[in-house]
Amino acid sequence: MELRKSYFADQRKDDLHEIGQPRPRSDSPGHVTGKTAYFADRNFPGMLHLKMVRSPHHHARIRSIDISEVEKHPGVVKVLTAKDVPHNVYTILILIQIGPEDETVLADGKVRWKGEAVVAILAETERAAQEAAAKVKVDYEVLPAVFDMEEALKPGAPIVNEYHGQNYYLYDSGECRKVRLGDVEAGFAGADHVLEQAYQSSPIEHAPTETTGCIVAPEGNDRFTCYTNTQAMFFTLDNASIILQMPGNKLHFVGGTVGGGFGGKVDVIVEPIAILGAKLTGRPVSFIYSREEEMQISSPRAAEKVVIKDGVMKDGRIVARKVTGYTDAGAYSRHSPYGAQKGAGHYPGPYTIPNVWIDTYCVYTNRTPSSAMRGFGVTIGDFALEVQMDKLARLIGMDPLEFRFINAYRDGDMKAHRQPTEGAALIECMQEASRAANWPVAEKYLSMSSYTKGA
Amino acid sequence: MAKVPVQFTLNGAEKAEFIDSGTTLLNALRDKIGDTSPKGGCHQGTCGACSVILDGELRLSCLTLAETCNGAAITTTSGLSEGGVLHPLQRAFLDAFATQCGFCTPGMIMAAKVLLDHTPNPSRDEVVEALSGNICRCTGYEPIIQAVLTAARSNSQHAA
Amino acid sequence: MAIRRGRGVAAINYPTGMNLGGDPTQALVHSTPTGNFMVTLSSVDLGQGMKQIMAQICAETIGVPTDRVVVDTADTDTGPHCMGTFASRGTHRAGNAVIQAAREARQVMLEVAAEELEVNASDLETDGQGNILVKGAPQRSISIFDVALSAHFKRGRSISGRGMFLIPRSYPEKETGAMKPSTCYAHACTVAEVEVDDETGEVTVLTVKNVFEIGRALNPKLVEQQLVGGSWMGISHALYETTEPYYPNRDHGGTDFNQYLMPGPGDLAETEIIVLERPSADGPYGAKGPGEMCANPQIPAVANAVFDAVGVRIDTLPITPERILRALKAQAGAPN
Ligand code: FES
Ligand code: FES
Repeated sequence: MELRKSYFADQRKDDLHEIGQPRPRSDSPGHVTGKTAYFADRNFPGMLHLKMVRSPHHHARIRSIDISEVEKHPGVVKVLTAKDVPHNVYTILILIQIGPEDETVLADGKVRWKGEAVVAILAETERAAQEAAAKVKVDYEVLPAVFDMEEALKPGAPIVNEYHGQNYYLYDSGECRKVRLGDVEAGFAGADHVLEQAYQSSPIEHAPTETTGCIVAPEGNDRFTCYTNTQAMFFTLDNASIILQMPGNKLHFVGGTVGGGFGGKVDVIVEPIAILGAKLTGRPVSFIYSREEEMQISSPRAAEKVVIKDGVMKDGRIVARKVTGYTDAGAYSRHSPYGAQKGAGHYPGPYTIPNVWIDTYCVYTNRTPSSAMRGFGVTIGDFALEVQMDKLARLIGMDPLEFRFINAYRDGDMKAHRQPTEGAALIECMQEASRAANWPVAEKYLSMSSYTKGA
Repeated sequence: MAKVPVQFTLNGAEKAEFIDSGTTLLNALRDKIGDTSPKGGCHQGTCGACSVILDGELRLSCLTLAETCNGAAITTTSGLSEGGVLHPLQRAFLDAFATQCGFCTPGMIMAAKVLLDHTPNPSRDEVVEALSGNICRCTGYEPIIQAVLTAARSNSQHAA
Repeated sequence: MAIRRGRGVAAINYPTGMNLGGDPTQALVHSTPTGNFMVTLSSVDLGQGMKQIMAQICAETIGVPTDRVVVDTADTDTGPHCMGTFASRGTHRAGNAVIQAAREARQVMLEVAAEELEVNASDLETDGQGNILVKGAPQRSISIFDVALSAHFKRGRSISGRGMFLIPRSYPEKETGAMKPSTCYAHACTVAEVEVDDETGEVTVLTVKNVFEIGRALNPKLVEQQLVGGSWMGISHALYETTEPYYPNRDHGGTDFNQYLMPGPGDLAETEIIVLERPSADGPYGAKGPGEMCANPQIPAVANAVFDAVGVRIDTLPITPERILRALKAQAGAPN
């Protein structure tokens, strides 16, 4: 890595003692000796293992659940179903007043994705829990499912989630989050070229080497200590407190040393049910996702579809951009309504465009609920935007890097969501990339600066 | 469940335990003996986090039944530093900033140690090959490869 | 049939934090009797080095070497609230909170030192080595060790401070979408060079040259770790990763590391990282959040390079050999 101090030298003072120093990491000695304590490195006598019985169907009504054989299985200590969960219908963003509550901790009457948690088994050993899981009898009535976002948005599509009542999240702005600047249709009308293209992704797994999990130990005084690899301690504690209808002072969360997260450990999934198990049995409980669960059950990065329509002039100026983004939330909201909204705040990318129209939808389908991942709401959008930029440059016969200089935002430029640009540095990054990659651009672009307002 | 006796040396110390038949070496080490340096990243033989050295060979402890290890000599990452002095590989991982979350690190160090025990001066390709069963999601591998090459160099300097 | 080369570029920006929830984080700082400093948080270290960076930020602000700072996180019985580690917010939000807490503690420390030295606190400065000196008269000094002892056992002062980061929550305007969705923005430009085998559809990323503007590299080694790992993940996203290879069809989802593909140590692109620093007005010592953005520009850069190499556009991720071959066939006029 190279620090290029020549850029923005006038904005920095290099008079610090500790900041900017390549100090060794205080946690590395623990890592290289195997002494760092991750949540699962704790072992409690008498610890129970929790295994989840999951839906084999994408969408089904549950007619009945029979756990009589399971309870008799040797080693099984407790079996939990929806009725055991005090506040079974929840949503995690309720903490910042983003509702409605739309997800069940354990399925109640219905499953909406293949893999949804239905029955929790607590047993003396993992093996006993696993064997007992096979004895749960659930009578399902399979319902039509919808997987494709466009199908889901059509009238008459099966409703994925009745708590929403339609297959999209209803924002205060309507069926999508909207951003409007200028007059996009006038922009297209006056453009030399108009290009509309669609981009698509599929779900992506965080795949941290340490799977999601927690160990809960009853402290004997009505308090429960939860050793967890959550990415958000109080967020998880507060949600657990709501789900379990337990005052927060009964909960003690310990964590902070996590084997990779990438956004995959911000849902509140394992902790509430493990705490409930510990409370009802009075014993320590371990609930750790298998690799298979991490891959297919834990929330992935959402699949997205992004449609971009641009009006561009022969001289390289983009005069209008319309973006329609669809985020596949899967069966439940989790963080997705926020992710789609974050996309709306991100488009049209780091470019100054006078006429912008953005609609972002959060769509429900019968698949594993998606949630946050590194680059949440932005990563796939950037893929779409930057491939579109390449296509536009070629369409007007311009060098793709020079084309970006022409449109790059600079300090003071008004963004589509009506914030003035501050602290821009796109131009300088491109100047340095031009040099480092030996990708020549005209002198006038090399003498540009983010400090001065764009055209 | 039937208990079976297991007896082996772990990092030079005698260990004897009664375990449930069918217990993996990984679970025996972590839950019974209390050496949590091997990590369970998948319990299905695809991540390498549980790697240990068994009679000089690299083994995935999640795929090894503890009861088959009677009489074996087992080494784990927690046994590499003697008297608080880091093993050259541990030193190199630290100096090369080759750990981020650190969850893959003990397994990586085991894989690297077996390589260097057999091939003291490996090529880059040999290092890559030796690490190819170990997943790291944080580092992009390059710092780990560099750490192993550096450790090999410092070893050969010691030997010289 | 041939191996074809191409290169592509992408330029991006990325927001730090999530203003849509207020985005709070708190920190507490206090000294021990011998002048070491504890930072208490509930922030989570996912491997990015949160503990190390918070120690450096606290040390810089108090004016002591980093090894005199211990970071205690994340225990909800002791650590004050943090929203969590996501949205590229950790260093920025917790860092700001730590600075505020450390400033308050530093102020008490200087007041105690002033009493000991019989000067005004405003006439004192730290040397970064653990001593407090009278400005312009450095021979008049006292060690922080002695100041802490005095505070604890003689003057009855608690050398401690509280810090909080909070920005007013931004509610998007319904019709126009006017909002303040984040604080500062990090930037990047990546050039990727690929080889595409037009017989097998296989893509090899030869080089990626990444330029990242991150505000301030608080610890350049930790920054490098994150940027190198992120660049690898970006390439992995571009070419390999999916839990549903035939999306929206739910079948054939991978369940282990053999089926879920990522580049291994033998598949690495030659990676160059260049860092620019335009300090942000609101960041701790100017830092922005680069943890997420560093994995984004490689994806379109690789996609554009594939087009440059073989003349087909793959607008669906990941850019698999199958998709490339189908596109090449379609381009040649053959049925899919
Ligand atoms: S835990 Fe053994 S290979 Fe993953
Ligand atoms: S350092 Fe996190 S998995 Fe390797």
